[in-house]
Amino acid sequence: MDAIILQFLNGLDKGGAYALIALGLTLIFGTLGVVNFAHGALFMLGAFCAVTLQKLMTISKHMRDDSVTFFAAYKDVPYLKLWLGDTGQKLIDYSVPLSILIAIPIMLLIGVALERGLIRHFYRRPHADQILVTFGLAIVLQEIVKAYFGANPIPTPAPPIVAGSADIGAWIGHAGAITYPWWRLVYFLFSAVVIAIVFAFIQFTTFGMVVRAGMRDRETVGLLGINIERRFTIVFGIAVIVAGLAGTMYTPILPPDYHMGMDFLVLSFVVVVVGGMGSLPGAVFAGFLLGILQSFASMNEIKSIVPGIDQIIIYLVAVVILLVRPRGLMGRKGVMEE
Amino acid sequence: MIKTISLRQDRLLFLGFCVAVLTMPLWMKLVGAGYPDLLQKFAIYGIFAIGFNILFGLTGYLSFGHAAFLGVGSYTAVWSFKLLSMNAIPAVLFGTLAAGVFALLIGYVSLRRSGIYFSILTLAFAQMCYNLAYSVLTPITNGETGLQLARNDPRILDRLFVQAGPGVPDVNLFGVQMFGYNGFYFCAVILIIAFYIALRITRSPFGMMLQAIKSNQNRLKYAGVHTRPYALAAFVISGLFAGLAGALLVVTDPLAGAERMQWTASGEVVLMTILGGVGTMVGPVLGAILIKYFENIFSSFNSQTLHHFFGVLPDMLEKVAVAVSGLFVGEGWELTLGVLFMLIVIFLPGGLMEGIRRIAAALSRRAAPVPPVERRYAK
Repeated sequence: MDAIILQFLNGLDKGGAYALIALGLTLIFGTLGVVNFAHGALFMLGAFCAVTLQKLMTISKHMRDDSVTFFAAYKDVPYLKLWLGDTGQKLIDYSVPLSILIAIPIMLLIGVALERGLIRHFYRRPHADQILVTFGLAIVLQEIVKAYFGANPIPTPAPPIVAGSADIGAWIGHAGAITYPWWRLVYFLFSAVVIAIVFAFIQFTTFGMVVRAGMRDRETVGLLGINIERRFTIVFGIAVIVAGLAGTMYTPILPPDYHMGMDFLVLSFVVVVVGGMGSLPGAVFAGFLLGILQSFASMNEIKSIVPGIDQIIIYLVAVVILLVRPRGLMGRKGVMEE
Repeated sequence: MIKTISLRQDRLLFLGFCVAVLTMPLWMKLVGAGYPDLLQKFAIYGIFAIGFNILFGLTGYLSFGHAAFLGVGSYTAVWSFKLLSMNAIPAVLFGTLAAGVFALLIGYVSLRRSGIYFSILTLAFAQMCYNLAYSVLTPITNGETGLQLARNDPRILDRLFVQAGPGVPDVNLFGVQMFGYNGFYFCAVILIIAFYIALRITRSPFGMMLQAIKSNQNRLKYAGVHTRPYALAAFVISGLFAGLAGALLVVTDPLAGAERMQWTASGEVVLMTILGGVGTMVGPVLGAILIKYFENIFSSFNSQTLHHFFGVLPDMLEKVAVAVSGLFVGEGWELTLGVLFMLIVIFLPGGLMEGIRRIAAALSRRAAPVPPVERRYAK
């Protein structure tokens, strides 16, 4: 029982990341009709927002270490700490959550620039062209990041207050049975909140209503005198922000490197297809479902029955779904079914 | 619209191709690529891209999992070296066949869907193969280390004729060692054969059927044609080509690793085909050469070469030029590739071949405008 709960929890944070990326992919596909292979790279850019802020905050002064009196020792002290004392140190500790604040405007800017400059010209081109150009874009973004940050993963620690593990077992009466890193719990809650905000935005605002209408029938919405193109630019920006935030908050779980996006992209596409092209709830549901399935498949009990299942479970599910129910778990009838 | 291409034109094309490939060591020297290791790669990846083009360019199915067949071909070829003989012929034969059987299985399932679903299905299958090769199938693939030859492999056929010598024997073709230019010419001859086969397929009634699938599959179905066997045949043929390329990779360097099957490798062959020109005969080979050239030559540039290159400029300008272009060479060669690829997809959807055609048309100053590129994908 404990083991099952633990695996369930383990799937949540990864599932959260899949769900967030897949949500953005689905938004873009549903509204703009564009298959965006650069979405993983945008996730990676979000992660590097956190890295950049951390680097900026820890710009240090090389100074004499007065605590050592026997010989001349030097240490690097961040300027922030010199100027603000303990508050400065606190700010540095909380660099990852703080970078959400800079990630939102940066990602919005990137998203709008991309849509205006590139994606817009590919609305009327075949899906294969869209895949190819965004694939090229992903390579370019990756290589730029590699040129500035190098190829090695860069550790970005979580704030010390949530650095340890939560004793979840104690909450349900089995102290010590289930321990789970705090930050993963934070990540799951964060992804749930972001998903809720996006859904509320789409469901309860006038803007969201227009977007939903555009997803159904973009031509009619245009005929009604609504500038659907401009709304779609903003939708693309939102999708990019969601991917970026997913990446920013994921940095303490996985030290970011330049190709982390590609690994997530492939899986997220599988998630989108399993959930159903163009279905937002489907993307979220499938994201969590596949994350949890993956963590269950890596249990030793299951691996001993079917060796190697943990490596292929996600793809296996995708193949079965595509063959049995091509529109995905929650896809609308008739949307990209053949 | 079907252009009629005379047999004579085809013969000329084939003859020109033969000459160009066989004299590659001479004219590649001019651009600094005249060494056999790289030339072999040109030829091998040329075969891979030609095969991929039969599926993508002719039939219109975009597969994102072709590296799996390359990997299967490689592994089979190494096993043929280990178990049967160090002769290249059985290795190539078995590698190709194994990849073909494999392609038959995957294609049978994947071709039930088309469009982006087909792409995702092939991607899923290829990733499964890659992950399995790394984990459970380690006894067959030797996991991360890669499958290598060993001194005490059985090599049944070789043992019938000669005693085991000391050390690991070399790959040979009836006694001729597959090193250096021997290896290149072996690959080049096979490339020419592969090109000829692809040319014949394209011009045959079967090839017309594949093109019909690309341009309008529905109409074909309404006309009472069962399209899937044709698409499956194209899939298997391109799988055979990929397996052949994988086996040749092993012939020239007897080592097979799982990273050959990763989806980035599948993406690479897509890049090659698009860069060169989808649906053209020579384009994919051109694209393969270009990418492998970038990978090997551009990546070896360093700031010294750049300083030498920009030496004529004034000092200030030289520094700026070196700093800017330094981003694009050496470690960052993939950046050049990505930018080039994007530019081609955006402005020149027909690839380099379309560029060449446009230049030729502009030079001959024909009044008639160049016909637009036909749409390249199955709806």
